[in-house]
Amino acid sequence: MSGYLTPFSRIIVNPFISAQTWLAKRYQAIQSLITQPDDITTLRQNNLELEAENSRLQVQIVELQQQVTESQLLSTLVDYERRHVENQYIAAAVIARDVSPFMHYIIIDRGSDDGLRKGMPVITQQGLVGSVAAVTAGAARVQLINDPGSSINAILQQSGIEGVVNGKITGEIELDMVSKNATIQPGELILTSGLGGKYPANIVIGQVVTIRSEAYSLFQSASVQPAVDFSQLEIVLIIINFQPEDIAPLIPNQNNP
Amino acid sequence: MIYLVGVILFGVLAILQSTIVSRMPLLNGTADLFLLFVVAWALQERVESAWQWCIIGGMFASIYSALPFGAYVIAYLIATSVARLLKHRVWKAPYLSMLAATFMGTLVVHLIAYFARIITGVDIPVMSVLNLILLPGLLLNLLLAIPVYSIMHDLAGWLYPEELEA
Repeated sequence: MSGYLTPFSRIIVNPFISAQTWLAKRYQAIQSLITQPDDITTLRQNNLELEAENSRLQVQIVELQQQVTESQLLSTLVDYERRHVENQYIAAAVIARDVSPFMHYIIIDRGSDDGLRKGMPVITQQGLVGSVAAVTAGAARVQLINDPGSSINAILQQSGIEGVVNGKITGEIELDMVSKNATIQPGELILTSGLGGKYPANIVIGQVVTIRSEAYSLFQSASVQPAVDFSQLEIVLIIINFQPEDIAPLIPNQNNP
Repeated sequence: MIYLVGVILFGVLAILQSTIVSRMPLLNGTADLFLLFVVAWALQERVESAWQWCIIGGMFASIYSALPFGAYVIAYLIATSVARLLKHRVWKAPYLSMLAATFMGTLVVHLIAYFARIITGVDIPVMSVLNLILLPGLLLNLLLAIPVYSIMHDLAGWLYPEELEA
């Protein structure tokens, strides 16, 4: 039956379908026109919430990244402690730098309340940082080895040659007082010798970069690449079971020969 | 009240200087916020507490530095004297006097710091000081001088309001 009536049903139904389609489209257009402002408001609200959520997550990411960096740093320091069990350490955060560009000092967040005393050596997992120069109850000032007033007895690891590592105003360090007869090789590792009793022996100071030997000079000198990056210091270790020796009374001077 | 504001201001400056400014050197020179604020305060009209603020600034700087205690106080007192002299001489052009006082003050502070280190037995080459510390520090101070002067001008207007004539 449908086969015979199909042409007739098309003639009757198609105009209805077309009319309904036309009306439905217009109705939907009008409906969307009426309801659109609500949608925009909702979308804006959602957008604001998502932006806030995004900002909060960004802050969380930064905080977590910082925590990861800190924990990596702390784990390397713990490794260093485990490898050097002969010493006792206290970890401290670097909280400030000296306000004068003439002074290469840092301030750390540990003081005499934590057992710190003047003269205690300060290190990182890379090598020697300096020594405690002044202490208050909750903080301490550390003289870095690149301060122009710093002077350390040192020894070259391979050749056993001794010298003195001095700081410079430029923030570099230099190996001085090396005998003219000694042969230094670039790349040699420089360690503390322990002479003078100011620092324990065998702490890494840096590496020889270039050697200077002048004809009229009594000694050779060498520029040194420090093991520690002093501009990036965040956490340091203080060796608290090392008591520096005061050898000043043993040094003869003009008044007390 | 004015001294309390000074203590708070220089306390905040000490934290900024030791944690941020000292970590941002140009070669080896750094800006000196204490000096800039001390000098800018000394140049303000109607301000009567320039010497006291100078001592407060010097004390804070001395606490945060391993330089012999008092070196900064002396340096800032000289810088304040220079600024007060300039204030009376170049009174029509405050920004010019700020730049001049910053220039002179920076020289004084670096000179005193240099001699303080020499006296304590540390030999530093003069040319290194000039090229690596003094000139970069001077440049940074001069760059910051005008903004600091504007801040202190507003602060002086708040702490020493102009009296209205009846």
